[in-house]
Amino acid sequence: MGNKRHEKIGLSEEQVLEMYKTMLLARKIDERMWLLNRSGKIPFVISCQGQEAAQVGAAFALDRQKDWTAPYYRDLGVVLAFGMTPKDLMLSAFAKAEDPNSGGRQMPGHFGQKKNRILTGSSPVTTQLPHAVGVALAGKMEKQDFVSFVTLGEGSSNQGDFHEGLNFAGVHKLPVITMVENNKYAISVPFDRQVASENISIRASSYGMHGITVDGNDPIAVYEAVKDARERAINGEGPSLIEAVTYRLTAHSSDDDDRTYREKEEIEEAKKHDCVLTFSNYLKEVGVLTEELDEKIHAEVKELVNEATEYAEEAPYAAPEHALRFVYEE
Amino acid sequence: MAVMSYIQAVTTALREEMQRDEKVFILGEDVGKKGGVFKATDGLYEEFGGDRVLDTPLSESAIAGVGIGAAMYGMRPVAEMQFADFIMPAVNQIISEAAKIRYRSNNDWNAPITIRAPYGGGVHGALYHSQSVEAVFANQPGLKIVMPSTPFDVKGLLKAAIRDNDPVLFFEHKRAYRLIKGEVPDEDYVLPIGKADVKREGDDITVITYGLGVHFALQAAEKLAEDGIDTHILDLRTVYPLDQEAIIEAAKKTGKVLLVTEDNKEGSIIGEVAAIIAENCLFDLDAPVMRLAGPDVPAMPYSPPMEKFFMINPDKVEKACRDLAEF
Repeated sequence: MGNKRHEKIGLSEEQVLEMYKTMLLARKIDERMWLLNRSGKIPFVISCQGQEAAQVGAAFALDRQKDWTAPYYRDLGVVLAFGMTPKDLMLSAFAKAEDPNSGGRQMPGHFGQKKNRILTGSSPVTTQLPHAVGVALAGKMEKQDFVSFVTLGEGSSNQGDFHEGLNFAGVHKLPVITMVENNKYAISVPFDRQVASENISIRASSYGMHGITVDGNDPIAVYEAVKDARERAINGEGPSLIEAVTYRLTAHSSDDDDRTYREKEEIEEAKKHDCVLTFSNYLKEVGVLTEELDEKIHAEVKELVNEATEYAEEAPYAAPEHALRFVYEE
Repeated sequence: MAVMSYIQAVTTALREEMQRDEKVFILGEDVGKKGGVFKATDGLYEEFGGDRVLDTPLSESAIAGVGIGAAMYGMRPVAEMQFADFIMPAVNQIISEAAKIRYRSNNDWNAPITIRAPYGGGVHGALYHSQSVEAVFANQPGLKIVMPSTPFDVKGLLKAAIRDNDPVLFFEHKRAYRLIKGEVPDEDYVLPIGKADVKREGDDITVITYGLGVHFALQAAEKLAEDGIDTHILDLRTVYPLDQEAIIEAAKKTGKVLLVTEDNKEGSIIGEVAAIIAENCLFDLDAPVMRLAGPDVPAMPYSPPMEKFFMINPDKVEKACRDLAEF
């Protein structure tokens, strides 16, 4: 038996297994979407691969019955943890009428689901950050005890809305947790060509908030950082900026060829630290996960992905004229 | 029924809506303690406190974006842009976000935010305190743009904007703030967004305009009446989406139409009004549709002679009306 780090921060065996299963589910849905894209069945995919630990670790540290989230386009792990189903996600991939995110109006990765308090997102990056601040402001005004959790990539931390939103949250000490998933690339441009500061979390000091950089490949480390941030937020101690350092294991999207700007060796090296693999190894080392159980989880996940894919592929599109609906309240 | 100024009607509508609904709150630069640079929120900080009349950092994109987030949560934010000219950093939030939230979520979400901004020239405001910016937003389905001309319309339409379940841009002509006074009922009332209003009945020529242009047209109409020219005046009130039915009816009524805006001519709201008339009224027209607008230069200069040259005024409207009547 190894060192049970998860127990020290109050995570039960059940919880870490649930985290693992959610990470694996995110990964497998994503992998299936690539297959569907490459076989010509869906036009587009944008990936979570390599960032599942950060996404799921963070989401599990929140109150998923109460807290609000404004995810960015890679956050398949976050939305799954918040209650979106594999079927919902596949319906979005196939752009079918029943897709709860947008009814087939938006590309996949543009999440939104009111019943699970997942704010609707767009393609211009970082616009969701002020929205999350607005939700936190509303919560404070209404004397509610939830936090607002927003994510983005490190490239997005250069947008005006990053600065404007965090400064607003800092000035008004709002219960917002901002997590930057630093996957080291903004499409093709690497971190050192994007960001002048040594890291992202150092920027927190400009906004009068707590800032921390954590290993985004380690769901337990991310869980701990977000748990702490949530406590501060609920205690009225204001917002936090968390940088989860990850690596993007796929190209930017199905329309990108990353061979033109990064070395194969770099990706091979990153794959050795693949968070799904390393978390699985950890759980096995500490005796929480057996080979037998792992196989069972893989089989369950595969079944879920198969079911969702089949359902979504068969599901109908919205009628063409549906394009005219819901411009304004009807 | 009280006589009040245009800006007093703004304040009255805000106060009554905040009294009516706890979810209504104001956010913007200098809106709190100072009561706004034009005093549109005067006295509201004292009455409702700093949480509901929120002084924000100088950050227009955050004012819009935070307001949109609060609106998605279920609040009724009224965001103030200090000048319409300074709305530009918030354009991404307004066009990419507010306008598309209902549509892109297939009706799951909506963003009931009102964004108020003073616009318009004739106040020695130079390039960046004088602009009309409505055309920037007037091809964005999902948005509504209201530009009232009278205190009566201000109160009824601002209340309607706040209660509307979709985002509304509410542009107030800053020269009208203290110049224009009118009777405003004490009671609670709303006016329909999307409906134009006939401000003067007439049989000879039709003027279609909005904002301060309505008052210029009314003044011109008095002079024209002395010479037996009877002017019909339609106030658009909502410039997006346009009230097509009212435009067609007003154009058909006289067959001679003058369109007036103080915005630059090319690409302005009135170009779309002209297109609606062209599509629907060809055989009812007795003259080509005429447009009176600002020149196609970037914005209004500061020096008084150049500013006066740029601005429309009652004399310019009157002259255009005479040309049209004589056609």
